[in-house]
Amino acid sequence: MAAARPYLAAFRARCQLMLQYRAAALAGFATQLWWGAIRILVFAAFYGVNAAAAPISLADAVTYVWLGQALLALQPWIADPEIGLAVRTGGVGYDRLRPLDAYGYWYARSVGWMLARALPRAVLMVLAAGIVLPLVGLGDWAWRPPSGVTAALLFVPAFALMTMLGAAVLMLANIIVAASLNERGVNAVLTPLVIVFSGSLLPLDFYPDALRPFLHVQPLAGLVDIPFRIYFADLKGAAALQGLALQAGWTVVLIGLGRLAMERMMRRLEMQGG
Amino acid sequence: MNALALYGRYVATSLRAQAQYPTATLMLTAGHCAATAIEILCVFALFHRFGSVGGWTFGEAAVFYALVNIMFSLADMLSRGFEVFGTDFVRTGAFDRVLLRPRAAALQLAGYEVRLSRLGRLLQAAVVLVFATSLVPIAWDASTIAIAVWAVAGGVALFMGILVLQATLAFWTVDSLEIMNVLTYGGVQAAQYPLNIYAAWFRQVLTFGLPLACVAYYPVLAILKRPDPLGAPDWLLPLAPIAGFAFLALSFVAWRAGMARYTSTGS
Repeated sequence: MAAARPYLAAFRARCQLMLQYRAAALAGFATQLWWGAIRILVFAAFYGVNAAAAPISLADAVTYVWLGQALLALQPWIADPEIGLAVRTGGVGYDRLRPLDAYGYWYARSVGWMLARALPRAVLMVLAAGIVLPLVGLGDWAWRPPSGVTAALLFVPAFALMTMLGAAVLMLANIIVAASLNERGVNAVLTPLVIVFSGSLLPLDFYPDALRPFLHVQPLAGLVDIPFRIYFADLKGAAALQGLALQAGWTVVLIGLGRLAMERMMRRLEMQGG
Repeated sequence: MNALALYGRYVATSLRAQAQYPTATLMLTAGHCAATAIEILCVFALFHRFGSVGGWTFGEAAVFYALVNIMFSLADMLSRGFEVFGTDFVRTGAFDRVLLRPRAAALQLAGYEVRLSRLGRLLQAAVVLVFATSLVPIAWDASTIAIAVWAVAGGVALFMGILVLQATLAFWTVDSLEIMNVLTYGGVQAAQYPLNIYAAWFRQVLTFGLPLACVAYYPVLAILKRPDPLGAPDWLLPLAPIAGFAFLALSFVAWRAGMARYTSTGS
């Protein structure tokens, strides 16, 4: 336990810092609410003509949208801005001097950064889309609870793994930022890739069927598509376990890759700033 | 120097500044292009899976998508000063300096920065438009081109009006609020599908509240030479974009009211 303390402290400090910006969180939340509403209106229009063609029911699609909006900040869309800053200002030198595993330290901070942005919004979203919507008679458009106890239990590890996988992807981006000193370029590539291949834009099964074999095994599917489908039991039994295994497998692979890349990067890192 | 010449000077300065960093500008443009182009994937996948919706095929829907994105990219490029007005001018007190100059504040803000990178969205929308033209028969004669240009002008005015309103809000809230993104980006998101697929209440919001339908849906019907499935008369379709200019005019009325109550935050 003592060995984990510095990493937990890094995680907690980052969380507390992020939670200071309440007004920004509220404004962001209102935006996401509206965003989700438009997505649902579009889905409703398409389901209205040909619901049979859809891979999941409209109620599940609605839940998918709200879940996605609630957990938006868990998606590794942009590299951690503090890492880019630390490398540019030379602050990364302090990180090198800490008697800690450099990868573990940054990883813990990244998880803190993501969770602190995501969790307050997720709570508000449960209130708005899960509780208020059914109360005002819009139950058809509400965020539903998990489909059954098994789904709920399976969603716990799926959620943990989606966070860990997200942080592993984020770390790869952070390392490229640190090596190239160029945040904007990395983000310009990362954001559209994550939005499309995670299933944030559309559940992956909505894309043409021919692409399915590829879309279902690529690493980013574990960020949104797999955990959400476990939530409403579209993936159940063996398929759910397979999904969890895929998430875990890619997390391990990407953390391994990240460690290798970080070691190489740190050896060649030149200190900036004075 | 008259206002137009001064505005031209502002634009030229801004463009020269960005030309100093050609690689950065190009990369930002490419990035913006990629980040905004993924939306067409979503439109395509939905039409591919569900077939036609509301009487529209993917090719026709792509025309809506392209025109709305062209409008927004131009407005976004030209209105940077209003977008960052709260954060960069009111909060910092820099607006005092703007007010000291013997020129209209709105003109100075309009000329604050012309961001070339925003053309990335225009680029992808233009590609989609060309592609859509190959999918559906559009007769690009003088009248359709005129309607398209007129619609884009109305759309640019409408989106600029939203950004002016966003700036106006900062007179009360001091900071720029992310919440106005609901109207800008959210508006683009909503208007890139044909209006008649939406529920009635939402159609009314988009026609009478935020008149996006007037600059996108109705003129595109005229371009595609389709009667309105909702029953608007044919003669109205090409006239509708005028609502965008009306919206901009109203925004400036609000802007003036805000200016009148401005108190500096500077020390």
